Amino acid sequence: MTDSPLLGHAPKRGIAALPGLVSDTTALTKRNLLMFRRVPQLLVFATIQPIIFVLMFRFVFGGAINVPNGSYVDFLMPGVFVQTVVFGAVGTAIGLAADLKTGFIERFKALPMAHSSVLIARILSDLTRNIFVVTLMTSVGFAVGFRVHTNPAQFLLAVLLLLAFGAALSFIFATVGIMVREPETAQAAAFPVMAPLVFASSAFVPVESMPGWLQPFAANQPVSAVITAVRSLVLGGPAVSDVLIATAWCVGIVAVAAPSAIWMYRKAV
Amino acid sequence: MTSMPELAIQAQQIRKNFGKVVALDGVNLSVPVGQIFGLLGPNGAGKTTMIRVLTTVLRADSGTATVMGRSVSHEAPSVRGLIGLAGQYAALDPNLTGRENLRLVGSLTQISGRVAAQRSDELLERFSLSDAGNRLVRTYSGGMRRRLDLAAALVHRPPVIFLDEPTTGLDPESRVELWAVIKELVADGATILLTTQYMEEADRLADQLAVIDHGAVIAEGTPTELKRRLGSSVIELGFADDATATRAAELLAGTSTEEPHVTGRGVQIKSNEGTKLLTRLLRTLDQGGIEPETLTVHEPSLDDVFLSLTGKPTEDSAPPVEAAGKRGRGAR
Ligand SMILES: Nc1ncnc2c1ncn2[C@@H]1O[C@H](COP(=O)(O)OP(=O)(O)OP(=O)(O)O)[C@@H](O)[C@H]1O
Ligand SMILES: [Mg+2]
Repeated sequence: MTDSPLLGHAPKRGIAALPGLVSDTTALTKRNLLMFRRVPQLLVFATIQPIIFVLMFRFVFGGAINVPNGSYVDFLMPGVFVQTVVFGAVGTAIGLAADLKTGFIERFKALPMAHSSVLIARILSDLTRNIFVVTLMTSVGFAVGFRVHTNPAQFLLAVLLLLAFGAALSFIFATVGIMVREPETAQAAAFPVMAPLVFASSAFVPVESMPGWLQPFAANQPVSAVITAVRSLVLGGPAVSDVLIATAWCVGIVAVAAPSAIWMYRKAV
Repeated sequence: MTSMPELAIQAQQIRKNFGKVVALDGVNLSVPVGQIFGLLGPNGAGKTTMIRVLTTVLRADSGTATVMGRSVSHEAPSVRGLIGLAGQYAALDPNLTGRENLRLVGSLTQISGRVAAQRSDELLERFSLSDAGNRLVRTYSGGMRRRLDLAAALVHRPPVIFLDEPTTGLDPESRVELWAVIKELVADGATILLTTQYMEEADRLADQLAVIDHGAVIAEGTPTELKRRLGSSVIELGFADDATATRAAELLAGTSTEEPHVTGRGVQIKSNEGTKLLTRLLRTLDQGGIEPETLTVHEPSLDDVFLSLTGKPTEDSAPPVEAAGKRGRGAR
């Protein structure tokens, strides 16, 4: 009876819906990842930019920046890693906005598919891209003199934290992408939100070097929290409380942004 | 399986507002299984909104609607298993090939990869896209996208198919081809609801029509019934000079129930009997020794429909035939 025409396809519910969710998510994730091959500019932009930052800060500005202890490149790389996943998260907004613009999502809405797979697949494909970019940036870091001062396990934990932060941000930018519906606008709308978070952070310079009024923000905002945790994990020192704070930020962001992204997706046509 | 419902689509008092704009103002529709139902209306009438409500894409503010007996609001997932939608604007991934687009939609409708692949090939063939199947959709022409979009609505062989202006932007050949596909689908037992701005298309395809304006159904019936009500074609004859025209009008008085109307060198006569009257008119003129220089037949257009239904022209009346490129996603 599988091939009889005009049968209709009854959707499954509960546990029985799980295989559907998995296969829909797989199909969409594959398709999202294929985009990086079809539109290589996406990936080139996402990688060239942080590489330029590394080179610029390592060799141009680095000499003028004093860091508390250790070498500047060891201070810099955790900041660059976090910057990479923050800027990368804009890709989530751009991807969803593009799918809304082409009407692809309207088509999805009338299909007997697992609708949560659209968001899940987007987050997963952006996670995959982050794994690639973080790996690449690690190699770039090693090439310009960056060293892990702790152990591989802590470094791995740092990478997991980075990826978790990237995924959490993806939910925020999913909301933005659905809201603006226009890939170019998504890019433009994301920048003013991200720039202060990335630049008024401890990514490139120590917070203590900033004006007094800026310090409380710069020291406690989420991007700095994650950078601090990654630094502790990679450069040594007591890391537990830093990691807990950073994890709390990730959880908190997901708790707020995931429902809002889901709500926006439901409403969007 | 429950017994087949008689009505494939039923809508009662569907209302939908967008802010202050009343898009649907209490629409009722009934479409029996196996019918082609045409929704006819000008820009902004509410056609797309109605289709979005019936395909579970949009929630109505009030009213009830069912597809194959299942509620679009309470049983949306099972409705989605029964419908295919080709929206007004082609909804495709420009960075996938035509074949990949179809297979992706197939895999999202729970059919096996093998079946999806096979049906994708069949559909590409059916819509004359086999040669372009492995090209990225961003390289497709507007008409090719349109056809691929329709193919994508059919991958899972849905019994109820919604087509929003399926032939807008197609060349005449593709249009005729598509009409044939639609007839085939119905011959296989499908039910189709389509919207159109073309009277001719509605006439050719639809078993039943509803004319919608400002979110309300203002007339319903078979195309023949509607056209009878909507008025008539107008035959216009042009003559060498005013005097000949006047003479011709005198000669022709009484050939039709409607009196001829002289405008300068032209004579207009309304016709409810199509070409039959034309033959009679020409024969009468011939016998009277008058030869017309020009002959035009104006078929009733969508604007005439509205004129006769509402007594006023449509607010932003678009040219009814092959209107300029209104493709592309409009601003929202
Ligand atoms: N998402 C939306 N937000 C606000 N207004 C909308 C939205 N969608 C439709 N409308 C409004 O609702 C009314 C009906 O629109 P709809 O798209 O259903 O018309 P239509 O009959 O499909 O027109 P067309 O022939 O131009 O496609 C219009 O006045 C339109 O401006
Ligand atoms: Mg429309």
